[in-house]
Amino acid sequence: MNRANAQIHGWLLLLPAAVLLALFTHYPVLATLWHSFQSTPRGGRPADWVGLENYRALIEDPVFWQVLGNNLWFAAGTIPASIALAILMAIWVNGKIAGRGFLRLAYFVPTVLPMIAVANIWLFFYTPTYGLLEQLTVGLLGLPSHNWLGTKSTVLYCLMVVTIWKEAGFFMIFYLAALQAIPPSLGEAAAIEGAGRWYYFRRVTFPLLMPTTLFVLVNAVINSFRLVDHIVVMTRGGPDNASSLLLYYIYDVGFKFWDSAYASALTMVLLAILAASAILQFAFLERRIHYQ
Amino acid sequence: MTRALEAIGAWLLAILWILPLAYAFWTAFHPPEFATRFDLSAPLTLQNFVNAWNAAPFARYFANTVLLVSLILGAQLVLATLAAYAFTRYEFYGRDVMFALVLVQLMIMPDVLVVENYRTMAALNLTDTITAIGLPYVASAFGIFLLRQTFKTIPLELDEAARVEGAGPLRVLWEVYVPLSRPVYIAYALVSVSYHWNNFLWPLIVTNTVGSRPLTVGLQVFSSGDQGIDWSIITAATLMTSGPLLVAFLLFQRQFVQSFMRAGIR
Amino acid sequence: MRKILSLIVAALIALPAWAQEISFYYPVAVGGPITKIIDGFAADFEKENPGIRIKPIYSGTYQESIVKALTAHKSGEPPVISVLLSTDMFTLIDEDAIAPWDAVATTADDQQWIKSFYPAFMENSQTGGKTWGIPFQRSTIVLYWNKEAFKEAGLDPNRAPATWKEMADYAQKLTRRDASGKTTQWGVEVPSSGFPYWLFQGFTTPNDAVLMNKDGNTTYYDNPAVVEALQYWVDLAQRQKVMPPGVIEWGTTPKDFFERKVAMMWTTTGNLTNVKANAKFDFGVAMLPANKRRGSPTGGGNFYLFKKSTPQQQAAALKFVKWVTSPRRAAEWGIATGYVAVRPDAWDTPEMKKYVEGFPAAAVARDQLQYSVAELSTHDNQRVTKALNDGLQAALTGGKSPADALKEAQREADRILRPYRK
Repeated sequence: MNRANAQIHGWLLLLPAAVLLALFTHYPVLATLWHSFQSTPRGGRPADWVGLENYRALIEDPVFWQVLGNNLWFAAGTIPASIALAILMAIWVNGKIAGRGFLRLAYFVPTVLPMIAVANIWLFFYTPTYGLLEQLTVGLLGLPSHNWLGTKSTVLYCLMVVTIWKEAGFFMIFYLAALQAIPPSLGEAAAIEGAGRWYYFRRVTFPLLMPTTLFVLVNAVINSFRLVDHIVVMTRGGPDNASSLLLYYIYDVGFKFWDSAYASALTMVLLAILAASAILQFAFLERRIHYQ
Repeated sequence: MTRALEAIGAWLLAILWILPLAYAFWTAFHPPEFATRFDLSAPLTLQNFVNAWNAAPFARYFANTVLLVSLILGAQLVLATLAAYAFTRYEFYGRDVMFALVLVQLMIMPDVLVVENYRTMAALNLTDTITAIGLPYVASAFGIFLLRQTFKTIPLELDEAARVEGAGPLRVLWEVYVPLSRPVYIAYALVSVSYHWNNFLWPLIVTNTVGSRPLTVGLQVFSSGDQGIDWSIITAATLMTSGPLLVAFLLFQRQFVQSFMRAGIR
Repeated sequence: MRKILSLIVAALIALPAWAQEISFYYPVAVGGPITKIIDGFAADFEKENPGIRIKPIYSGTYQESIVKALTAHKSGEPPVISVLLSTDMFTLIDEDAIAPWDAVATTADDQQWIKSFYPAFMENSQTGGKTWGIPFQRSTIVLYWNKEAFKEAGLDPNRAPATWKEMADYAQKLTRRDASGKTTQWGVEVPSSGFPYWLFQGFTTPNDAVLMNKDGNTTYYDNPAVVEALQYWVDLAQRQKVMPPGVIEWGTTPKDFFERKVAMMWTTTGNLTNVKANAKFDFGVAMLPANKRRGSPTGGGNFYLFKKSTPQQQAAALKFVKWVTSPRRAAEWGIATGYVAVRPDAWDTPEMKKYVEGFPAAAVARDQLQYSVAELSTHDNQRVTKALNDGLQAALTGGKSPADALKEAQREADRILRPYRK
């Protein structure tokens, strides 16, 4: 086909996707930036330009810093743990353990349950005195009772557990597929050479899983900023913002306080974090990947 | 020895992992008094399901959700296929720039742009419709990326052979590229359906009434209460709403994993 | 000429036959019964008023409902009426979303109707000389107590604590620990998740403190009497150890009560029917204990009229709201749910009289009305109450002292409310 046709056809094929992407990804990013420099329109008063004032308010807002810290801590807590667990689960399910089918089912089930639904169940688990956790720790083990969700020092960890529980099984599937693509001859060769399982894993399996790890890592990072459903049900950000995450705060500010300008400024911070982590991951890790 | 320990470890983890679902089964099938008491002699009942069904229009929520995920998936497949084809087999100005722009959506998903997207929907007068829930997701960077990778692996000879037989570009796409990418399509469909079946925040923001509400939002509206939490009815509702996905996974477990593997997502 | 006139008359008569649709957002709680009652009201009203169609839209908690209603107002289909928190009044005015009822309630009969509600409920419904909300499902906080537990602790099962000292003392006797020191039954629970400010007003009002001014632009969070009230609340858990430490979840408090994990609980009178159905023991309902005086905040929802509706819709809406707040309906509603029937003459209806005779607990909240004050409500209400909520949760989790927590909350509230004081 001639060059002109190629140009036209190419753009035509791309057009529907491009338009929608522009409308719901690129335009909103720019619009958020624009609105973050304005004030919030209320009732009669229209929005006007206020420059960096929203950002100044952001820096002076102790809740913002708390929420940001929470989210970073939350990411640090959930990402490595879910990935490590996912690899472990994949190895187990791929191996020769009895009842693999059941294991695979059990690990994957959290993925198909809506977070909103299971958050209520986890709420029961964490309820003091007669909640499932307390029935075990207090009833069986005799430990003192604890208000897991109602204490600032433990609430974020409790939510992390819920997130890891939800995510690990999903990542496991990707690792499982990758594991099954590793030729068994590698394992046999290693066995012949007398290499231990841990050594084999560290030097052969894990590097070969790197592409999957990159893919899973990207997902995990996004999810740690994206998933706030459990907060809505279990803690509503409390106590005293100890379990609030950035997106939840944005939702509060934007749709409960109706302060759209400040919400835009907060969103810009979130976008900056996501962009930075994308660049980091692709630049840094891309080099370390072994492609088969 | 370590093998045995590993097996035990794996099983313990599995039991822990399935505990919430097990609890849901327990509580949904027993009267409310036994929601916190695990008395094995407790009577079974279906009343919770009846109450749950009556308490909110789940039939409508189901219908909305099925419609939603189907529409989204359908549109995603079409758009991503066309776009991936363009990126793979066409040379046009700005192709690499466009691809980079597409990749932006991999990191910056519509979920974090709720404030602006809501404004857009309001301006388009689309709030409180199923379209509004799905539209931001229909152009899927993940789908485009995946399909482009896959299309790239299809040998050019097949493409040229089809063209020699007189097929136009779209027919080549339909007869050569699409069939050879089946595992990828299946894997992608599974990811997309489970994502959108479970999506909550954006549908919460953009829907107001039962007419457009999907299951997740319906569940939340239904389980938040002034009168306190009734786990029996909530777990019954949970089982009802996750039922289809659970059953589907039970039946198609192997295919799930197989398609991911053959999709070569790594 | 006559022909034309008769044609015109015929046309005019035909006009109202065009049905007016009144959509209204209603904050549903768990359980079919309440939605069925609302649906029943809608059906009955439509029967008596052909030409008006009532469309309830069930929208979750109060918090979710105001989000939904404002979202709908700002785009797409604005509702005609909504039942929303009485405290949302200033926010709705600022968003230019609602119209005052006085504009449509113009006849003498209408004005009489507006005056017929309990004054305590009107405090959160009127400002600037206009009536913005019509009380519908209003409540106060009450104390529920487990009579069996009282008996076991050697207390008079028919006497609830009447003062702060008594409540603390009773709670001491009611808190039971087993051999290893674990608490098997707590004395009292006052929930503090979600909206602790409301429960907090159950402490500040008996301490004769108010939290905000009538114009909704100034708060008094760090008043000494307010700090004192918070200290009492915090001490219950931290010093006297009769209340579970940390933030207590609103949703699980009734369950705790049913499970006998706690002997006394503070919650809305709107939970009365729920408690009656689920408590498998004899229980009592009492006014909140007094300190310097008796008192409780009012709570619950009002009907608001949204601006973007047509005059015909507004007239039809007025008809519906008057109908549903008539003495008979208000009584019906109160009996079915446990909310306080919003007008004195509702309590004089034969149904209500009979109900109260058989179940005196139902009248406790009504009797508390004379001591009740407005619920915390200001401009930018969500933000200002969040400042207080955060401070309360900080104090209750031991993170800050009551004085510090409230001082910071006041500072934050001042910052938010400054623009409204001009």
